[in-house]
Parts: sequence; structure tokens; C-alpha cells
Amino acid sequence: LRKVTLSLVSVVTEAAARKTPLYDEHVRLGAKMVPFAGWLMPVQYTSIVEEHQAVRNNVGVFDISHMGQFIVDGACARDWLNRMLTNNVDKLDVGMGQYTFLLNERGGIIDDLIVYRIDEQKYLLVVNAARADEDFAWLQNHLNEGRSPCNLTSRSADFGAVAIQGPRTTALFHALFGKDVELPPRNHIRDVPFDTTKVSVARTGYTGEDGIEVFFPADDAAKFWSAVVERGKPLGIKPCGLGARDTLRLEMCYPLNGSDLSPERNPIEAGLGFFVDLAKPDFVGRDALLKTKEFGPGEKLVPFRMKEKGPPPRPHYAVFRNGERIGEVTSGTLSPSLNWGIGMAYVSSAHAKIGAEIGIEIRGQKFAATVEKKPLYRKPAP
Amino acid sequence: MMIPDDWIKREGDKIRVGITDHAQSELTDVVYVELPKPERQVNAKEPIAVVESVKAASDIYAPVKGTVVEVNKTLEADPGLINREPYGQGWIFVLKIDNADELKNLKEATAYKQQIG
Repeated sequence: LRKVTLSLVSVVTEAAARKTPLYDEHVRLGAKMVPFAGWLMPVQYTSIVEEHQAVRNNVGVFDISHMGQFIVDGACARDWLNRMLTNNVDKLDVGMGQYTFLLNERGGIIDDLIVYRIDEQKYLLVVNAARADEDFAWLQNHLNEGRSPCNLTSRSADFGAVAIQGPRTTALFHALFGKDVELPPRNHIRDVPFDTTKVSVARTGYTGEDGIEVFFPADDAAKFWSAVVERGKPLGIKPCGLGARDTLRLEMCYPLNGSDLSPERNPIEAGLGFFVDLAKPDFVGRDALLKTKEFGPGEKLVPFRMKEKGPPPRPHYAVFRNGERIGEVTSGTLSPSLNWGIGMAYVSSAHAKIGAEIGIEIRGQKFAATVEKKPLYRKPAP
Repeated sequence: MMIPDDWIKREGDKIRVGITDHAQSELTDVVYVELPKPERQVNAKEPIAVVESVKAASDIYAPVKGTVVEVNKTLEADPGLINREPYGQGWIFVLKIDNADELKNLKEATAYKQQIG
């Protein structure tokens, strides 16, 4: 079998892939390991569909140790980050985080990330593995632009991290940390004692379910992972790979950098203007975004759903309307929750309206699809 | 990734083709199968069917020159048969062979004989 497309695994480097501190745990569990963004990561343990359902119905755990962690601290940290990032860090109280973008001068997306204010003058940036080195170099080059010196350090090698996601997250949190320990509110981060050490717990995720991301010293990774898997057993936990991570995020229309986002696309085209504060007097890429806002983007990222049961859409398939090519699919899969083909595509703005009829070309044949509203999957009311 | 992928079972002047247990476990969760049109004339190594899992689309090639005489329509409604019974109900198509000598050169025919039974 020749693999024709393998969307999530497209970011493969030739260099020897790095192993996360949880590598041995994955191998022990029989995971299928693949190179992703320079790391050897589990793409699945048993089945993408089973792992996906575990997160929608119970709880799942993902190794996210490959993601990068930077610390920015100093008296100028806030103002400097407001120049580097699109969202407004002034809105962050200590212990809060926000989704934001790192842009180039043309407004193109270098990375999407979460910035947490972890102390009065100290911020944690959690960035994509594929872009971590590039982000760091970019930030370092811009460091001397701040009004007073601030420090930028990469802590990526020091930390392991897991995402615990699913409706039974709260139960697992208490099973791990104790009945009386409080979960941080949505988008908040807090330190919680665990065993003889301390871990950072952030209430966030990439699946559309309730969930947390937990950061711990790399040396404690195996111990923490085993505790999660063990105490999650009565809750139906499954270790989940990148495959399920991709289907879960796509059902929610959360973008994947490298597929839906790139240095050639800006947040307004991507439909993520909500995370850009154009009222800030100055940030890298602002002028370009103001122009896009004024004239309107030529193309927009839209979610779509196939009209009939058929082959699932895949990245790079062409999008048509009335015989004219109007765009390209950036993410596509068979949604395990809907058992239906879904995806996201950049299409010319004239055809980006909800309800617009489009055609996806699959192996020379066009299949009807409809532009939809975000998200593509909504949980049924309990 | 190079994996032994399809199996072939000789049935007189025809061969039945499917994917191996190893291939289905690499793919997992087969969600769609595109079958060749019956009566289609095909050349050796021509991609004539597609097996799609959640993550990937994989081409299935005609092992030899011939004519498609049967396709497994059941897979259209139940593609998961490929995962559950790769060597049985999960077969994909049957080819009538143009030249029986061609079969001799196919490693797969013997490599997977045991599993096919």
C-alpha cells in the first residue's frame, strides 16, 4: 500500500527524531510511532476511532511533551509580548491564559500559541513543536526592541506534558490530586502538589471537551503518566495518539498550524480575528492586518461537510464551484463522531458564506459539499 | 514504508485480491473503499482501487494484466469488513488473468498462502 496522504504526519524532518520522556511508555503500550515535527510520537495505540470516542464519552490522555515552553520575564515582559503577539496580554490576571498569534511583518502566521501569565512579570508561552525553534529564534531577534531588557528562555527540554481530555476530566483530576483540590477555571493555570513534586495544571485543550494540560519536570514524566493511566482505568481512560487529536480538533474547527495556518495566511483569513486586538497601538503584522480588514480577505478558511456519504476529503484536494476552481482543502477526514466526511478549506471570499454549495475534487471526480458554521460537531444535549 | 500489502488467491484462470492482516492493522479503521468498475481492463501495477482509513488513502494495484470480473460491493456499505475479515469477506476484487505465466513472478502469491489457506 502506498500512503497517498497522511495529513497530520506531514511535518517530517530528515534529522533523527527526538523522543519525549514518555517514549518508552508509548512503546510498552504498543503505540504506532511516527515522526512528527522532529519527534517520534504515537499516532495511535489501538484505533483512532476508539481513542476519539474515549475522549468524547469518557476521558483520554495525550503526550504533548513535544510542544515548546518559553518563559518571558522582567519588567518589560508585558509590553514586549503585546508587541510580539496579537491578543492583548493586558487582559491577563496572574494565573490566566489566552490563545494568540505570533505574526511576521506581512501579518502571516508564524505560530499559534497560548500565553499564560504565571506571575506579576512572568509569562509562559506554549508553542507548537513544529515551530518551536523558529519561534524562539524570531522572539530572540526581537528581544532588544523592548524598552527595558527582559529575559527569554526555552524550557522545552525541562518539561514533559500531557493533555487529559473528556467529560470525565474532573473525576480524574480529583483521583490524581485529591478530593479537596480545586480545578483551575477555564483558561487558568495553577500549580498543584503531586506526590513529592509540583505540577502545573492548565484548564485548556484541543478537543472541544472539558480538559486540562499538565506540565511536569521531564524526570517525573513516566511516574505521572502511569498514575494517570492507572487512576483513569475505572473512568474508561484510553491513551490517545496524534490521529485522534487531529479528528477531535477538526470536528471543533480548531486550526492545525502547517495545515490550516501558515506564514502565507493571516488570522483574519483564517477566521480567527477574535484573537487579534487591532485596538493595540502596535504589534508585528498590525499594518498588514488593518489592510486585510479594510479591503476584506481574498480567501477565507471555512468548515465544510460532504453532502453524501463517500470518500473522505483530504488536504490539498481542489475546491470548485460551477466548474471554477475556488480554493483548496487544508484539513479533511471522516469525522468519527458524525461518521461523515468533514474538512476545512480556503475558498474565495465570494463563496465563503454559510450554506454555499461547493464541490470537492477527489481522484478526478467532484463530490458536493456545503460550507458550514463552526463547529462541525456539537455535543448532543445531555 | 514498505509493507507486504495485498494477498492473491488463485481460482482457476482468475485471482481474488485483498489486503493482508498486517496491512489492515497498519491502516486501521477502514472507512471507505473505492472499487474498480467491473469489466475494466487493467494493466499490471495499475492503481485500480483505493482503501481509505481515517488518516490515509492507499492505492491498491492490479497485480497482473487482466479484466475485472467481480468487485466486493458489500464493502461499500461495510468497509470495516477489511479490518475484521481481511482474508475472507473483506476481499476487494477478482481479476481474470490474461497470461497465466505472469502469476509465477508474484511473490505475494506464495508469501501469504498460509494465511489465506
